[in-house]
Amino acid sequence: MTQPIIQFKDVSKAFGPKVILDKVNFTITPGETVAVIGPSGTGKSTVLKLLIGLLAPDSGDIIIKGHSVIDYTEDQWNELRKSMGMVFQYSALFDFLDVGENVAFGLRQHTNKSEAEIQKIVSELLISVGLDGAEKSYPAELSGGMKKRVSLARAIALKPEIIYYDEPTAGLDPIMAGNISELILQTKRKLGVTSLLVTHDMASAFLAADRILLLDKGHFVFQGTVQETKDSTNPLVQRFIRGELYMEKSKGGGK
Amino acid sequence: MFKSMVEQLGEFVIEACASTGRIMQLFTATVKSIPKASGREIIRQMAKLGADSLPIVTMTIMCTGMVLAVQTAKEFVRFGAANSVGGIVAIAMGRELAPILTGVVVAGRIGAAIAAEIGTMKVTEQIDALRVMATSPISYLVAPRFIAIALMLPVLIVYSNVVGSIGGWLVATNYADISSYVYIESIKTFAEPWDMIGGMIKGIFFGGIIAIIGCHKGLNAKQGAEGVGLATTASVVLSIILIFASNYFLSVILFVQGG
Repeated sequence: MTQPIIQFKDVSKAFGPKVILDKVNFTITPGETVAVIGPSGTGKSTVLKLLIGLLAPDSGDIIIKGHSVIDYTEDQWNELRKSMGMVFQYSALFDFLDVGENVAFGLRQHTNKSEAEIQKIVSELLISVGLDGAEKSYPAELSGGMKKRVSLARAIALKPEIIYYDEPTAGLDPIMAGNISELILQTKRKLGVTSLLVTHDMASAFLAADRILLLDKGHFVFQGTVQETKDSTNPLVQRFIRGELYMEKSKGGGK
Repeated sequence: MFKSMVEQLGEFVIEACASTGRIMQLFTATVKSIPKASGREIIRQMAKLGADSLPIVTMTIMCTGMVLAVQTAKEFVRFGAANSVGGIVAIAMGRELAPILTGVVVAGRIGAAIAAEIGTMKVTEQIDALRVMATSPISYLVAPRFIAIALMLPVLIVYSNVVGSIGGWLVATNYADISSYVYIESIKTFAEPWDMIGGMIKGIFFGGIIAIIGCHKGLNAKQGAEGVGLATTASVVLSIILIFASNYFLSVILFVQGG
């Protein structure tokens, strides 16, 4: 059996009295795309922040590329992060840098490539996300969808082994959301990366993911392939697919 | 009621201690990160600091030099001490007014801008993005600003000394009929290089305070526009308090014990 590239073992995380994750377990194998779905406020983004070292779990173990990262120092995390990319929910582009400089950021910080090589890579990456010639634009001049595409180009510039997507289609119109989902799929095919996609956009999850996990009230209450998810008789899964669970949470004060 | 006041005081003291600890941690981490700071970013920050501060520093210090001469010149002439005015202006400027006023102006102009810029980066996840891209926000953002301000503030203080003395000279020659020769000779007689060097040393400390407090408040900004606004205000207030407090001790060390 293939060794998992990411493994959560009984991971718990609470913010004050509020338990977000309660002894959560899951694994991701290399090259797999897993979508974590669930209502807002159930800890989907917390899973990502634990995997990228922005938060530490209260208990349990997280194993990435065969090593437990629980006691990693910031320097050890930085070494590991060079093999990871992340697309943030609100893109998180550096607003004091132009698009080209944003995409080139990791290359300039962590490689010894010449300026000509960096420019060539940046140009190719921007073409691959459909933003040919946008190098000199600043993030403030871009639409939400364009920002997400630049964020994706920046995330894949160092050819990472693992990419995390935090709500990549949130706030986009359905056509742009479809384009972004298609880009996620293309990135996986081209680079063979392992991807973890946090979303509550079922269309995106169905298009891009190999496997879907449903997080609710601190536990994974369902996991299965896209077909298994569609066919699931689990009432929570069905309600979530139809949007009922989300509506219910929203009424209760969820995002 | 009494318990509530005691509780509030206790909470304030605990928070003040915790905040002091966090500021010292940031300072230590920044000093350790200095070798990793990008030279290009340091120069960019220095240029920005100079360009942004010069007009307001010129206005503030010029007026202060003029006021100082207005308040002293006629009285000194009355007591036959016209040849002291230039020296008084130069010493007061060099030792106290130029460093303090330049520090306060830079705290208001640059410290606030740093807190707002880094605070906005914090609330828009750009700080998280830096960390995710294996780049320390301290070596990338804090260290260059720390070096830039600690180096540029003494330069601005030298400039302030010149501008302040020119302000004093304008008033002394036009308002109190003191000749330019007497004014300049007075500076040469009374002021010593140490007066300006001491002021420049103060500038290094004030620059460090402004950068660390601005970055600390920005990095700890709470969510939203209100959080950034509060961080900006808190940065200016705390920087100015620390500049005045440290100025007393620096004056004692540099000009009372040292002089």
